Amino acid sequence: MQLTLWTYEGPPHVGAMRIATSMRDVHYVLHAPQGDTYADLLFTMIERRDRRPPVTYTTFQARDLGGDTAGLVTRTIAEAYERHQPKALLVGESCTAELIQDQPGALALGMKLPVPVIPLDLPAYTKKENWGAAETFYQLTRTLLSDRIPAPGTIRPQRPAERRPRANLLGPTVLGFRCRDDVVEITSLLEQLGIDVHVVAPLGAAPDDIRRLPEADFNVDLYPEVARSTASWLQRSFGMPYTTTVPMGLGATRDFIAEVARLAGVDPAPVLGRERPGVARLDGSQSRMQWYARSVDSTYLTGKRVFIFGDATHAIAAARIATEEMGFTVVGLGTYSREFARDVREAAQRYGVDPLIADDYLEVEQAIAAATPELVLGTQMERHIAKRLGIACAVISVPIHVQDVPARYSPVYGFEGANVLFDTWVHPLVMGLEEHLLQMFRGDFEFGDDAPASHLSHAGKSAHPQNPTPEPAPAASEPGAPPWTPDGEKELRKIPFFVRGKARRNTETYARERGLREITVETLYDAKAHFGR
Amino acid sequence: MTDLSALPPANACADIPVLRERGQREVFCGLTGIVWLHRKMQDAFFLVVGSRTCAHLIQSAAGVMIFAEPRFGTAILTDRDLAGMADANEELDRICVTLLERRPDIRALFLVGSCPSEVIKLDLAKAAERLNSRLLPRVRVLNYSGSGIETTFTQGEDNALKAMVPLLPATDDKQLLVVGCLADVVEDQFQRCFEALGIGPVHFFPARRASDLPPVGRNTLVLPAQPFNGETIRALVARGTTVLSAPYPFGVEGTTAWLAAAAREWDVAPGRFAAVTTPMIERARKGLERHRRHLAGKRLFMLPDSQLEIPLARFLHREMGMDPVEIGTPYLDRQMIAAELPLLPATATLSEGQHLERQLDRVRATAPDLVVCGLGLANPLEAEGFATKWSIELVFTPIHGYEQAGDLAEIFARPSERRARLRV
Repeated sequence: MQLTLWTYEGPPHVGAMRIATSMRDVHYVLHAPQGDTYADLLFTMIERRDRRPPVTYTTFQARDLGGDTAGLVTRTIAEAYERHQPKALLVGESCTAELIQDQPGALALGMKLPVPVIPLDLPAYTKKENWGAAETFYQLTRTLLSDRIPAPGTIRPQRPAERRPRANLLGPTVLGFRCRDDVVEITSLLEQLGIDVHVVAPLGAAPDDIRRLPEADFNVDLYPEVARSTASWLQRSFGMPYTTTVPMGLGATRDFIAEVARLAGVDPAPVLGRERPGVARLDGSQSRMQWYARSVDSTYLTGKRVFIFGDATHAIAAARIATEEMGFTVVGLGTYSREFARDVREAAQRYGVDPLIADDYLEVEQAIAAATPELVLGTQMERHIAKRLGIACAVISVPIHVQDVPARYSPVYGFEGANVLFDTWVHPLVMGLEEHLLQMFRGDFEFGDDAPASHLSHAGKSAHPQNPTPEPAPAASEPGAPPWTPDGEKELRKIPFFVRGKARRNTETYARERGLREITVETLYDAKAHFGR
Repeated sequence: MTDLSALPPANACADIPVLRERGQREVFCGLTGIVWLHRKMQDAFFLVVGSRTCAHLIQSAAGVMIFAEPRFGTAILTDRDLAGMADANEELDRICVTLLERRPDIRALFLVGSCPSEVIKLDLAKAAERLNSRLLPRVRVLNYSGSGIETTFTQGEDNALKAMVPLLPATDDKQLLVVGCLADVVEDQFQRCFEALGIGPVHFFPARRASDLPPVGRNTLVLPAQPFNGETIRALVARGTTVLSAPYPFGVEGTTAWLAAAAREWDVAPGRFAAVTTPMIERARKGLERHRRHLAGKRLFMLPDSQLEIPLARFLHREMGMDPVEIGTPYLDRQMIAAELPLLPATATLSEGQHLERQLDRVRATAPDLVVCGLGLANPLEAEGFATKWSIELVFTPIHGYEQAGDLAEIFARPSERRARLRV
């Protein structure tokens, strides 16, 4: 038993729902009790889908348990097939149905429906959402291609010289992070290289499209959490190579272009030739990000302490961008994706931090508080943590909320994605800077409680009786720390709020270790010199 | 209507035919009630003993994670618990004790059963007993089921309250007990109103702290404020109380009739009743009037969700002039809505249970002007051209009583007002 307050991932059948909902002409019959339909609202509210997920629930009740729940399954499947006429049917169960062992998959296979039936065995008590999505995509692909696998040892024919190379884009789903726009961005990037996108799957694909996957020359594994097992099976069974670079960030995008060009057998020069890494000019790259990062106003970004947590794909990519492209210092890197923990551990080693592999939200919160970052790049969960700790934050990964599905074009992959990331990471820091200035000037009479907002000065009285920037609650003192003298406390308040907590802690630790009776202005500066930065 | 007589019925026999449906239900399970129960009882912690699905459900229904450590959580069963490698009881005790050490402010711990815990027959009553012998008097441990195989949405509250009934102290004093979770602001309004009428003492159940248990006994008059607490009401009857039958306090009429039911028992003079209620009624009518133009004559389809459908359809029909086409309810508890049923128009279809696809076919066939439904269905129905109102708002927003009557009408008027504004 594991105590959970908030969870990063849903159960594995929600992963299966993401695959079904991403596709066309696929229906999912889920053996599940009342209540499990809550998952529909993730799609219709967070992602604002304008159609119900293609899922039919059996809705069994306690009084069914002694009786014929298996009959309920077959009746539900027959009705769902009749009504929705899918071209492929997924059949599975949620956590409770797993316990009553009706084996809906086997029942469905026994019904001899005229379409492919894919039974899903997604263990709800050991696995989670992303695994469920990956497994569903893999089982679906395997089933739909089962009659097309060439005999072992068959050599994959060379691409005819007159045909342009083709790639499949694998892994984008609904409720993924910015998948809709990443697909557009990567498609246009491949177009620049003269490579056609053959099939995008699961997002927007029909079962017939899945059957066309082997017609492409290689696969682009856009989101390894969802697509790696499928991409690797397609390599084993059809000899199709797949990409291993995730094109998030400018450097990774350039690496991706080189990798794709190699797999496709095309010359990357038409695209990469225009890229001039290290050149401080607006035309140094297709992405404005390069010049923006080198523009002098970005100097204040140098060495900003950043804590990164998310799914493995986005967290690892973010760490590289933060280090190489923004000039930040990574002070924490972690993931809740245990399936990709090894990759995150390796990345953490590269950036000299301890990896945090956890799906315990409170553990993540503690790690963030201890690392005293100036910026958190995380999921919606970390956004809430950062808000409470008063730290700037940008969301880089699922789990997401409605504001992470913007109306505007907003990819995070490719050249435009690099622009988007620069803006979205810098923006909360700029807001932080603004807040800093407000703090600096808060003693001035214009910021007094009775002063009206400057653009409302004619109003005479304050439109906002409250101080616009209330003092953040002082961080709790270290246990066993000596008290602060009034002068010491006053000096501490002059330190910008976003480093004040750390200054307080360091000074108190310093004072305690030396057995001081009180903390004065002198102690504060002694501690500052001791810890340095 | 400010007199103390009952409302005149619209259909004499209260005998509308009921369409009984069975199939996919697009309704939350009883666990969802935790979202408002924990806010009402500020010294209570709700621990679901269930699966990752349960945790995900509550998180999704709660919407945003405002709290670092909310006063609810899930003890997620793992394969070790199922395979019997770990003694689930020992594990549960360990989690509860750790939890309570972290949260010394907690005075009541509700162990909430879920579908998986019921199927594996994890005995939470025994667990509560065991924990109580260790933790009382500091913390009281209770248990109830919020599982989807046994409860629908608001039945979670019913089960939670029912679990508290045996703990209520006894009294023989004449008093009024208002039953059902109400927003604090509404509770205070009603309290003031009862005081002005000379009705008292009045207790509210649940109180703001789970450890404040109202007394009950043979001179207690029970006034249900929510239509879904049938089991709790029956448990209170078993403790000797008398239930007052009245429409629920939604809208002007409902609120007046509800207050009148109590006033009759305290022999409040009609003049005094009128003097107290008239100013509030006039204010509430003003609040309703401005929304009438968006609602009058509009056809209403309510999908089953919170059990509030019947009283709300009555309000929308009688006070806002809406024409209910179909009123869905997850289950029909005739005892709890005895005073409501006769007030429904005979032209409406009353449906119990749900077969989602067939019900959506009826929505399309009847083409109503407003569909009240769950969050999973709202956007898809909007995309089919229907104006919708998500029903979950009705359990999270204060809607009871005179002062909220206008807000309640506004909830239903907003979709049509918005449509009237938009030119995109």
